[in-house]
Amino acid sequence: MKIHEYQAKELFRKYDVPVPQGKVAFSKEEAQAVADELGGYPVVVKAQIHAGGRGKGGGVKLASSREDVGTLANQILGMTLVTHQTGPAGREVKKILVEAGQKIAKELYLSMLVDRQSAKIVIMASQEGGMDIEEVAAKTPEKIIKVYVDPLCGIQAYHIRDLAFGLDMPSDAMKPFSVMVKHLYTLFVANDCSLVEINPLILTVDNQVLALDAKVDIDSNSMFRHKDLLAYRDLDEEDPQEVEASKYNLNYINLDGNVGNIVNGAGLAMATMDIIKNAGAKPANFMDVGGGATSEMVENALRIILMDQKVKAILINIFGGILRCDVFAEGVVQAAKKTGINIPVVIRMEGTNVENGRKILAESGLNLTSAFDLKDAAAKIAAAV
Amino acid sequence: MSIFVNKNTRLLVQGITGREGQFHARQCVEYGTNIVAGVTPGKGGQKMDDIPVFNTVKSAVNSTKANASLIFVPPAFGADAIMEAADAGVDVIVAITEGIPVLDMVKVKNFLATKKCRLIGPNCPGIITPGECKIGIMPGKIHKAGGPVGVVSRSGTLTYEVVDQLTKQGLGQTTCIGIGGDPVNGTNFIDVLKAFQDDPETKGIVMVGEIGGNAEEEAAEYIKKNLTKPVVGFIAGLTAPPGRRMGHAGAIISGSSGTGQAKIEAMKKNGIHVCENLGEIGEIAKKVF
Repeated sequence: MKIHEYQAKELFRKYDVPVPQGKVAFSKEEAQAVADELGGYPVVVKAQIHAGGRGKGGGVKLASSREDVGTLANQILGMTLVTHQTGPAGREVKKILVEAGQKIAKELYLSMLVDRQSAKIVIMASQEGGMDIEEVAAKTPEKIIKVYVDPLCGIQAYHIRDLAFGLDMPSDAMKPFSVMVKHLYTLFVANDCSLVEINPLILTVDNQVLALDAKVDIDSNSMFRHKDLLAYRDLDEEDPQEVEASKYNLNYINLDGNVGNIVNGAGLAMATMDIIKNAGAKPANFMDVGGGATSEMVENALRIILMDQKVKAILINIFGGILRCDVFAEGVVQAAKKTGINIPVVIRMEGTNVENGRKILAESGLNLTSAFDLKDAAAKIAAAV
Repeated sequence: MSIFVNKNTRLLVQGITGREGQFHARQCVEYGTNIVAGVTPGKGGQKMDDIPVFNTVKSAVNSTKANASLIFVPPAFGADAIMEAADAGVDVIVAITEGIPVLDMVKVKNFLATKKCRLIGPNCPGIITPGECKIGIMPGKIHKAGGPVGVVSRSGTLTYEVVDQLTKQGLGQTTCIGIGGDPVNGTNFIDVLKAFQDDPETKGIVMVGEIGGNAEEEAAEYIKKNLTKPVVGFIAGLTAPPGRRMGHAGAIISGSSGTGQAKIEAMKKNGIHVCENLGEIGEIAKKVF
């Protein structure tokens, strides 16, 4: 689960990770009130959306007066911010973070994430703060310091020394930096983060260490033990169809093609999207109804896909095995009748009683076509759009 | 021959009295798997069909000499169940559970490094040696006993699709393993590839990967260096958008890493026969093996 910068900074404060003073605002008036509270200029006005690259997109601006804050708030609130992470459609800005400006001596990079290969928590740091870290990693990998922490032992003093000396930390900043990293690790583990990234982490002219930016992703699988963090979910940042699908435990992602598809199992669902593309059409979505497939799930899935105006045909690909295809076919027919489906549907299913299942589809009087295997399904769906 | 499990495997099922556990335990028994015990805390002394249920894995192992465990507990208790099985001394642990938090798995993986057991999964369909034993949730009847193909995959139903096509081409399987769709899992591609290479009955291998991480790239390099047997490869998710979790927790393209294109290139570069259209994987395997 992604959360906003201002929420991440709220978490940081809770764990004593230093951040600039500031608050979120939803209007020009609120923004100016926050600036008044901060009691000095410049202040920074930052668009809050779930995507990186906000600065380059024009979503982060410096204000030198109360009027400035008002003008910038008006300009940024309601704007459609396009960054390399939002896609061409961009994202509407509905809130801004208003923060005290800082006297920066040096910009650094710091992040923590789970390393899949080593099954350790890796802390990455670099003196190339403020840059795109992927670019730094590609061009100058030697400029990135990596420290691997054994989750059973936790973070040790030497891990932090490796980072601090690697970053050329001035001696006066050693202590605040060490404390900050320790607290950040505690935050990472206590909140089941999958990523914490501070870019830039700044060193101020008086040797204070401050998280100027904050990005935190929480492992969605851990939400059962973080009921408090659920309040951070922002439905405005999610696709309405995806929100609807999540209510029924359907794994759904909206894409830009015109062939809707419903599949059981994530791997097969990805492969089915690829098959649609290979056949010369484009998938309108990813939809995994889970390894087993019940007719209720298919009914909900159909309803959600039909909300999507660009869908011109639907491919249902169910590899049941244990599943009885006649029962499943009955379910699809019922679901199709209930949802009043009026576009072609190609169904490929595999499992017990598949012949009877196909017969049920053929005799339903609905626009449901059976496919015998994947190749057949691909050909039939391409012909349908 | 087969790898990791065979007709002598004595299985216990953790979570055997739950809905999923019960259903799939029965399916396994029907396939011929020797299930010697079940474990559900608080239900020790009861029976599920004819299978004795114990409160703890340790007591189940002591009484029945079980040497493998199949886990169906909810995600919040997944890590605990795996560590309990490992401490009780079973050789093979198969965790079906989907949704275990990654920081739990990170701890489990480091804990298991000090143990001798092998973990398969989590978030996987399990392992089957056709004709001998099935430890998992895959449909048994799509498989064909006797080899010559070994199958390893990160996915569930996609693996069934592949196996079904192999069987329809007349190609049997030695062992089929789903290593799971989570970012941190137990057994990885390389562990399985090595075992297939050492298994005389396995003549060829089908490897099914997907976007996310770089396990396929590492496996491809390993194959070139260490394998003499032919490998057919497939990667799911070439049309997946970056930054989105595609069902599996591990199936996500992060920045420029984990793309399907990079994996396919790595496979081709290292001599793997890449199938680019899932509908043809059976035919390609038939040609190659």
